[in-house]
Amino acid sequence: MTISRRQFVNGIAGAGVASLAAPNIVFAQGSEPIRIGLLAAKTGPLASGGIDMDLALTMFLKERNNTLAGRKAELIVADTAGVPATARTKAQELIEKDKVHCLIGPLAAFEALAIADYITEKEMPTLGVAAAEDMTQRHPSPWFVRATSTSAQSAYPLADYALKELKYKKIVTIADDFAYGHEMCAGFQRAFEDGGGKIVQKIFTPLATPDYGSYVAQVKPADAIFLGTAGSNGFRFLRQFIEYGLKDKMAVIGGMTALDESVLRNMGDEALGILTTSWYSAELDNPLNRAFAPAFRKQAKYDPGFYAASTYVSGAVLEAALKTTKGNVEDKKALVAAIRGSNADTVRGVVKFDEFGNVIGNVYIRKVSKTDGRLVNSVIKTYPDVSQFWTYDKAAFLKNPVYSRDYPPAKNLEP
Amino acid sequence: MQFWIIQGLNSLSLGGLLFLLSSGFSLIFGLMRLANLTHGAFFMLGTYLAATALRSIDGLNIWVTALGAGAAVAAIGGLFERLVLTRLKGNPLGQVLVTLGMSFIISDACLMIWGGDSIPVPTPQNLQAPTRLFGFVFPTYRLVLVGLAIVAAILLYFLLERTRLGAMIRAGVDDRQMARAVGIPVANLFTIVFCLGAGIAGAAGVLGGPILSAYPGLDADMLPLALIVVILGGIGSLLGAFVGSFIIGFIYTFGTALFPELAYIILFLPMIFVIAFRPQGLFGRVGA
Repeated sequence: MTISRRQFVNGIAGAGVASLAAPNIVFAQGSEPIRIGLLAAKTGPLASGGIDMDLALTMFLKERNNTLAGRKAELIVADTAGVPATARTKAQELIEKDKVHCLIGPLAAFEALAIADYITEKEMPTLGVAAAEDMTQRHPSPWFVRATSTSAQSAYPLADYALKELKYKKIVTIADDFAYGHEMCAGFQRAFEDGGGKIVQKIFTPLATPDYGSYVAQVKPADAIFLGTAGSNGFRFLRQFIEYGLKDKMAVIGGMTALDESVLRNMGDEALGILTTSWYSAELDNPLNRAFAPAFRKQAKYDPGFYAASTYVSGAVLEAALKTTKGNVEDKKALVAAIRGSNADTVRGVVKFDEFGNVIGNVYIRKVSKTDGRLVNSVIKTYPDVSQFWTYDKAAFLKNPVYSRDYPPAKNLEP
Repeated sequence: MQFWIIQGLNSLSLGGLLFLLSSGFSLIFGLMRLANLTHGAFFMLGTYLAATALRSIDGLNIWVTALGAGAAVAAIGGLFERLVLTRLKGNPLGQVLVTLGMSFIISDACLMIWGGDSIPVPTPQNLQAPTRLFGFVFPTYRLVLVGLAIVAAILLYFLLERTRLGAMIRAGVDDRQMARAVGIPVANLFTIVFCLGAGIAGAAGVLGGPILSAYPGLDADMLPLALIVVILGGIGSLLGAFVGSFIIGFIYTFGTALFPELAYIILFLPMIFVIAFRPQGLFGRVGA
């Protein structure tokens, strides 16, 4: 039968419209790769963390032959440079141009806050790394989960350990003067004072402090000083602290980023014996970490710390969720539900999420010691299943204002 | 009592460091009327070079490193001045922008070469033991810094007041047109002064290393301090840079100790006052 030209043209047009309307029919599900976007600061002052994040995640995918749950996976890395506006731009690029199916990162709280509304609007499943408390408390997003820790979550166990095992009664806290430092010290202070201890001084140093001399000279006598610092500031403060002879008078304890493996590798014996708390340590003795840490060390020539572990753990969580959805990423609601409901076994232990999307997992108390001639964070105690609310009642916790410089109020400060 | 003494000593050592940093800046600003925004980066480059050199070469002396790094940074500064700044003669805004650009280039290069981690600069062995004073300890190296600043001030004073080069520089600062008219090779002088300023910054970076450590962002942290010192002390005046450094050292140290939330306000308030009421600074000689 001959087809008239009109019938031919109408037929082609119909087929074209049909294929536009139902792209799933044209591309068989599973034949295009899973696209994972990584927002990391590869340049700028936060660069060393961002580089580790990229390295660990790339390693994760390579170990699995770039295949997750039977489907090819592709990693697209975007450099946020540690600038919120750039983070936003890059997130837009990843979601709208590269059409990623899920996002991992970003690292800094101000970057995460810059993209929070956008990822909710675009319904993009995001495995965040930033520690800002309210992202999983008073302003949660159904699309955001965090497998690392809130600012204070890892500090509570250390407060408990300081009270019960070290028997400290008076502590001075010092941190950088921005939200992360405020939140971590507030959490530490709350748990420490609720257990009968006293925070006698809270020092907040500007983020850009070249010389810590005048701050070191202000430190009041106490049993210990708690370092709520991030990046290299803690280590630079510690150097001055030792030079002024204070390490002989007070113990030093720190939060999850104070003496991270990335900082430790540039330090010397002065760091030995310092206790810190974190949700990860390169020395963790579980089967997954026994494989990961040496492999990372071989590639990077240094131990993995907070930043490397953050994306490696997030990758493991994503893989577990993909196994549940059998590789389906197109159904976003199912994917984010699978992520939130996952119970993944990772290098930090088992990771599960509470209803706000924040991790409930192990937190480890670590002590700096020497192994094979290099400084490591040896694990001395494990606090299992720590949630962002610690032992406090969830509803009461959320009714209080978010942790800040002045909340909870410090009642035991010495003049 | 101890608090005041320790903070006083801290102020002196910070002032010493600031003088080493800002003397070069003041010279360049005074003679070339150029706010050299690369100054912080030159300082940081010195610190990074010291970090690598002192950690890899055993027995290397910090004083030698300071001279070496100073020379290296001076060379970079000289090339920059000859190849870039002279082409923008008569375009002051362009020159400032180009120094800003150069500072970004240097800081990104440092990030590429040395990575993002903070690298400590070892304190010289014989100065590591703290000094015992009035019943407390104080890092010896900081006290030595004060001495170094005084030595540098004396050397620069002799250079400016007792040598022919110094006379030419002073003439150029006072009245550039007249100096040219009298036959002073102002263009060559510019290169020499830029090299000198950059070199001092680099050496200062080495000497400040044990206290500050080399880290990305050090340039951005130090540049505003140099600016404040020079504005307070007066552009082109060595005495101004010296006095200004110690004043700022005291204001910063006691300010952050007594009013920590107001750290940056305390630092910039005196600068605002000076600009409002005495624009040429305490000892400034530059007219319009």
